[in-house]
Parts: sequence; C-alpha cells; structure tokens
Amino acid sequence: MSETTMTNADIREAEQNAAPIARPVPFRGGGFVYKPVRIAGPLVFIVLIAIWEFGSDTGWISPLVLPAPSEAWTAFMNLVHSGLLWKHLGASLQRLVIGWTAGTALGIVAGLAIGLFSVARSGLQPLVSALFPVPKIALLPLFIIWFGIDEGSKVATILFGTFFPTVISTYSGVDNVDRTLIRMGQSFGLSWTSIVRKIVIPGAMPAILSGFRISISIAIVLLVAAEMIGAEYGVGAYILMAGSLMATDQLIAGVAILSVLGLIIAWLIGLAEKYFLRWRT
Amino acid sequence: MDLKLDQVSHHYGATNVLDDISLTVKKDEIVCLIGPSGCGKSTLLRFIGGLERPSSGQILQIGEPPAASLNPLTYIFQDFALLPWRTVEGNVSLALEDHKLPKAEQRAIVEDVLRRTNLSDFAKALPRQLSGGMKQRVAIARALSVRPAVMLMDEPLSALDSQTRELLMDDLVDLWTRESFTAVYVTHNLAEAVRLGHRIVVLSRRPGRIREIVEIDMPLAERKDRVHELEVKQHHLWDLMREEARAADRELADV
Repeated sequence: MSETTMTNADIREAEQNAAPIARPVPFRGGGFVYKPVRIAGPLVFIVLIAIWEFGSDTGWISPLVLPAPSEAWTAFMNLVHSGLLWKHLGASLQRLVIGWTAGTALGIVAGLAIGLFSVARSGLQPLVSALFPVPKIALLPLFIIWFGIDEGSKVATILFGTFFPTVISTYSGVDNVDRTLIRMGQSFGLSWTSIVRKIVIPGAMPAILSGFRISISIAIVLLVAAEMIGAEYGVGAYILMAGSLMATDQLIAGVAILSVLGLIIAWLIGLAEKYFLRWRT
Repeated sequence: MDLKLDQVSHHYGATNVLDDISLTVKKDEIVCLIGPSGCGKSTLLRFIGGLERPSSGQILQIGEPPAASLNPLTYIFQDFALLPWRTVEGNVSLALEDHKLPKAEQRAIVEDVLRRTNLSDFAKALPRQLSGGMKQRVAIARALSVRPAVMLMDEPLSALDSQTRELLMDDLVDLWTRESFTAVYVTHNLAEAVRLGHRIVVLSRRPGRIREIVEIDMPLAERKDRVHELEVKQHHLWDLMREEARAADRELADV
C-alpha cells in the first residue's frame, strides 16, 4: 500500500538517508621522518664528478681553471706507482694518530676533572674558554721553537687543536649525566670510583663520541696546515708543492685524498658509536 | 631493625618544608606516607635514606640491621633509575659489585632475585627493551639483592599505567607475604596506600606536619578481595586530604 504510493521525490530522499556516500578519510600524516636512502650519498658524488668530467671534455670547463677528474686520477695513479703516496700518507697518518690520540686522551682526562671537581671547574673553565678560540696554527712558530721543526711541532699543533673541543664535550657530557642515576649509585653505597667508572663515564660517552667527530675534522685541517708550513712529506706538503708548481691535477688529487680520509674516519667513528652506544634507542 | 624519626624539621632558605615529624617504623611493617604534592614527603624519604640532612632533628636506627644485609636502607625510585647501558642482570649486579662477594655467590643472588621477581627470562635484556612495569620489577629485584633492612619506596608505581600498577601491587603483596620486609612507601595514590600500608601517615601541606596516622589491621593478602571494606578508610583519608590538596594546588599558583 504505502509502497505503491511512493513518489519519485520520496524515493530520492529515502536513498539519500539510507546510503550516504562512504569514502576513506583523507590521509594527512606522514613525512618529517628521516629514512636513510643508501644510494643517495654515493649518487651525488658520481653525478657531480660525471658533470665535471663531461664539462672538461667538452671544453666548457677550461683545464686552466679546473683539471678534469680523469687527470686528477692520473696524477693520483702516478703518485701510487712512484711509491710516494705511502710516504706522504704514512707521514700524515702518523702525525694524525699520535696528535689526535694524545689530544683526546688528555682532553678526556681534563674534561672529567672539570666535570667532577669544583676546584678544577672554577680554575680551568675560564682557561679553556680563553684558549679554545685561538687558532692553533697561529702558534705553530712558537711550537717550532719549543718542540722542534720536525714531528714535534706538527704533533703539538694537532694535540692542542683536539684537546680543547674534547675537554668541552667531555665535561658537558658529564654535566648531562642523569642525576637520579648518581643518586641511585649513592643510595646503594657505591664507592666514588665505582660511580665515576660505571655511571658517569658511560653516561658521558654519547657526548664524548660526538666530540670525536668534531676533533678529528679539526685534526685533519691542522695537519694539512702544519705540513704546509714545514714538512718534506705529508699530504699537506704534497698539496703545497702541487700548488706552487700550478700542478692543479696533483692538487685536486691531494684534496681528494683528504676527503677520502675524512670519509673513512667518519665511518670508523660511526662504527664506534654503534658499538659503544648500542644500549641507546 | 626499627627506624625512629625524632622531631625532624627542614627548611630551604625561608620556606619551611617539614615541621616536627616524629615517627617510628617497626620491623616488617609497611608505612605509607601520603600528602598533597609539595608537602615534603619525598624529602623526608631522602632524609631517612641518608641522602640529605634535615635542618634539625635526627633519624635513628634502633637495633642492628641483620648481619646479611648489604645495604640496610635501600631505595626504589619513581623513575626506576636503571643504567640504560647495562642488561637486567648487570643492573642488579651493580648493587653487589662493591661488596667483594665471591663471584659464585654474586651470581646466585642475582639469579635468586630475578626468579623472585619473575625476571629470569629477561636477564640479558636492556632496559630500553622493557615496559615500565618490567623496569620497576628490575629495580625491585636490585633492591632485594642487597637484602635491605628497610626499603624506601619513592612513589614506585606513579610512572606506570593503572593496569600495570595493579599487577605490581599484587607482586609487592606476594613478596611481602612470602618474606615480610620493612618499608617506607611514599605515594600520593590513596588506593595504593590502603592496599599496601599497615599504617598510613597523612602529612599536611607545606610545612609538612603529621595530621593523622591511620592503622589498617586487615592482612595484606586479603585486601585485594575486600576492597569495599577498605573504601571506608580510603574515604576517610580523602576527607583528611581534600582541603590540604586544594590549598596546596592553589599555593603553587602563587609561587
């Protein structure tokens, strides 16, 4: 009865009430999250070098301004075949390793002292602030007088250059150790040395390791600078010699060696972080 | 070993925090300290554990702690205070390492406390892998490992969600029923206080004074099933605290 008396308007209304249009809620989230894209890093290098090579081949980049990557590669291979590469690299690495290791070791000791003892903090913090901004390379002439023209002055430059940033990152790491953990240690009657060894130092480790990233870069910069002022062998000396001979292909090869060195060290520090900080989320 | 608080008062600068607190904690008894926020109950606990000194008055240990006790006054913290770089068993052994125990004995203690807190399967896990409730169980295991004469519990369940809190309350009651321990238990949660406290000390707002001490006779193990009987006590506690809590709430806005 009522079914038979339905008008068109009634039907339209009934349809609208019965079946409202269903559609998915529009998605607005996502993004703003760092997802590593593994090939992007190498790809940037490859593309840049390819453009550079192409530009040189077509004459768009004059060889006087910038040598082609292939020429730099040839210069590098000459260095390998002549056996000089190992002489230069060996001398540089030796200075870098000795200077950086001594600088960071002393820096960690001084940083811990500043972090743990009020007297050391009051006494040394202003000194660190005063000496940190001094470009260590400006002191090289003094270092040459003090430590000799040979290895001593170069190692000392790197040592001083890495010491100060390590001090600062170490004591700020100590400052940021969770106080409740220290209080916990005290409440269980742990000795002072136990608290430092088992709570403070591991707690400061993230800051110390990120300090390493900075200090190693400073070390490389200072290494080259020191080698440019007075060294027979070393990557810095090689670059300086290439520069004074206007052998730009060798210069680029030398700079590339430094870049690769930096990359390898950054990778090693990444490994160290993975190992020492595996407890972190 | 009993503990006696003798006229403990404390002030930070000009603000009085605690005023003339005298209290005795008897062996095998759980004393709950409740009070509005900022009444100095956590401060009082730090005095009892010797982590801070009161301005006046003293805290006395009456009698010797049991000979086997490695750390007579042992804390359990609200935020667990686990070392994130150590595994569960490493966190427990931390408390034992300074006590020059033979290695085998140390290992036996760690295994024993992990078993008692149902953590044996998690011995090698890192804190970041554990839920809040499991973290607090690790902290309880660590506290048990040093065989405390008195456990000082600073809002141990406040950082946990309410379901986990229920579970851990049951665990604590089980632990106490199997082997009774002495505890001072600071909380602002009245339900926890009536479930776990033999005596409940109600503190007033700043400066904290003892307003009333409520005794509950019911055995801990039965309380879970007789919650409705406890409700009367809980209401009474809330009546005592409501005005204080409201005043304390307003007080913060002025500071």
